[in-house]
Amino acid sequence: MTGSMKTISGHRGLMLEEPLIFEQGSPEKTAVDLPAPPSPSGGDRLGPVRRERPIGLPGLSEPEVVRHYLRLSQQNYSIDSGLFPLGSCTMKHNPRLNEKLARLPGLGDLHPLQPASTVQGALRLMHTLAHWLTTLTGLPAVAMSPAAGAHGELVGLMTIRAALEDRGDPRRRVLVPESAHGTNPATAAACGYAVQSVPGDARGRVDLEKLRAALSPDVAAVMVTNPNTCGLFENDVRLIAEAAHEVGAFFYCDGANFNAIVGRVRPGDLGIDCMHLNLHKTFSTPHGGGGPGSGPVVLSAALAPFAPVAFVAEENGRFRLVEHGMHADGKPVGRVKGFHGQFGMFVRALAYMMSMGADGLRQASGDAVLNANYILAELQGTFSAPFAGPCMHEALFDDRFLKDTGVSTLDLAKALIDEGFHPMTVYFPLVVHGAMLVEPTETESKRTLDRFIATMKGLAERALAGDEAFFRESPRLSPRRRLDETRAARKPVLRWRPPAETAPEPMETAGEEVGRAAE
Amino acid sequence: MPVIRFTQEHEWIRVEDGLGTVGITDYAQQQLGDVVFVELPAVGMAVAKGDPAAVVESVKAASEVYAPVSGEVIAVNEGLADGPELVNAEPLDGGWFMKIRLSDESELAEMMDEEAYQAMLRSLG
Repeated sequence: MTGSMKTISGHRGLMLEEPLIFEQGSPEKTAVDLPAPPSPSGGDRLGPVRRERPIGLPGLSEPEVVRHYLRLSQQNYSIDSGLFPLGSCTMKHNPRLNEKLARLPGLGDLHPLQPASTVQGALRLMHTLAHWLTTLTGLPAVAMSPAAGAHGELVGLMTIRAALEDRGDPRRRVLVPESAHGTNPATAAACGYAVQSVPGDARGRVDLEKLRAALSPDVAAVMVTNPNTCGLFENDVRLIAEAAHEVGAFFYCDGANFNAIVGRVRPGDLGIDCMHLNLHKTFSTPHGGGGPGSGPVVLSAALAPFAPVAFVAEENGRFRLVEHGMHADGKPVGRVKGFHGQFGMFVRALAYMMSMGADGLRQASGDAVLNANYILAELQGTFSAPFAGPCMHEALFDDRFLKDTGVSTLDLAKALIDEGFHPMTVYFPLVVHGAMLVEPTETESKRTLDRFIATMKGLAERALAGDEAFFRESPRLSPRRRLDETRAARKPVLRWRPPAETAPEPMETAGEEVGRAAE
Repeated sequence: MPVIRFTQEHEWIRVEDGLGTVGITDYAQQQLGDVVFVELPAVGMAVAKGDPAAVVESVKAASEVYAPVSGEVIAVNEGLADGPELVNAEPLDGGWFMKIRLSDESELAEMMDEEAYQAMLRSLG
């Protein structure tokens, strides 16, 4: 194999081996040449906070720094490199038009403390985005400031708690189905509620009867992810809403998968009281290594008075920021984020919505679902799918087809790396054994999908033919071979130490390769 | 003679003189894969049968471990903090999670014995 060839330099072709920045250069070297600071009284003025010893910053020249980060970036694989079928928010294309608009000086150079009179355009932009988010979801209000999805969930649940306490009806439990996102039970627990899990049924959806049985007047909310983590639409969503409302509970929907239904389903019409939106997924703003999340929460009329500050209010064509509870009409839960939310993401999300238009947004969700179903249909003969299709925006497989091959879901994912694809989500959702969750998104062409499908089929056939050894050695062609994930989790090395401080354990412990001996 | 019983959620409990030692089964550790972290309850905590009492985290998943019986937690396996791999290596022995002083021994009657548990595993395929 190519992977076994050794070079004198340690580099592989033009893929350069890169040490840590602390292992390069020397403390005497610097990229800048500044004059010595003037010392008016013959010394510095640091007094007792004077540095006692060098702080050990790496010393590199400018070209060395540039190369270091460029080389690291070349070892990265992202949505800009190729298909990224991970069902997550890092896999969405970030249109370049968004970036151009976010860099306009009138938007990019604003300071959050500028007087409102000087930033009317920015406030109008937030107001317009809020308008479209409420229009698309069919709910009357939106809290724009949450910083990301899980933060949006927390804020949503805080408004629910505030609304219940306000009506003198504090409650104790939150019901979360197995098909919900893992952040949902965590959010409920963080908000002070006891979490009760509700099983799924054989169709991969919420078991409605078991949900009904678990409902009682001490349930504050039901949290459902729709489309759910199995990539399926919760067909009983209206019945779930009715059942929750009958006992006086609120219906929270995790809207992380709104990208599958935007422009087609209005959550407000389904009886949903509260839902967060991931602008960094549904509305294409960059995430992962590329930017912060943004998780506005849409709210029903009953919850709207409890929305956090700050928010934008319009009066006679002028916009102002309501920053304090005493200036608001309702009873805000308080402030949940510094300043006004992720403004740069608001610009990008609105740019996306305006450039796509209503028809474009509707087509994007349709294409996302079509692409996922294409993969489900093409792979179904070879791979095993736990639930009958059609699916929504992601296709789910389990590992039944690998039974008795000795090859695991993880092995297959590692082999995909050698084939030039980022692996899909593996071992999630937990309700499916050896899960493989493929989200192709709306932006991939049929040509790309066909290549991916052919690769997946080829790997599956190899596994079924009994080539277990091939998979155990994968990946061979990546910058690093298979990492010892267990050891990295059990004995993590979280910081670099200068060689003198490193006594028994070598620096590379966590990243040591299982397959190195085989090279 | 100690009595050993099993739950649907793949916990085991070994009871002797009203004191139960609790862990997860060999099947459970195999399904989880390499265990990397175990979160144990506080000693002295009262638990009710079916309450989440501990969390076991592997390279693949994080799962709750439920109290198989009601009672008071009187000891936890401190060795798991630095040696979570014990859960994989000795699930029924050195990889125990907690000891519970049972408040109602009749709860054991609702649980599976070894034979019934093995039969359940066979039915899972």
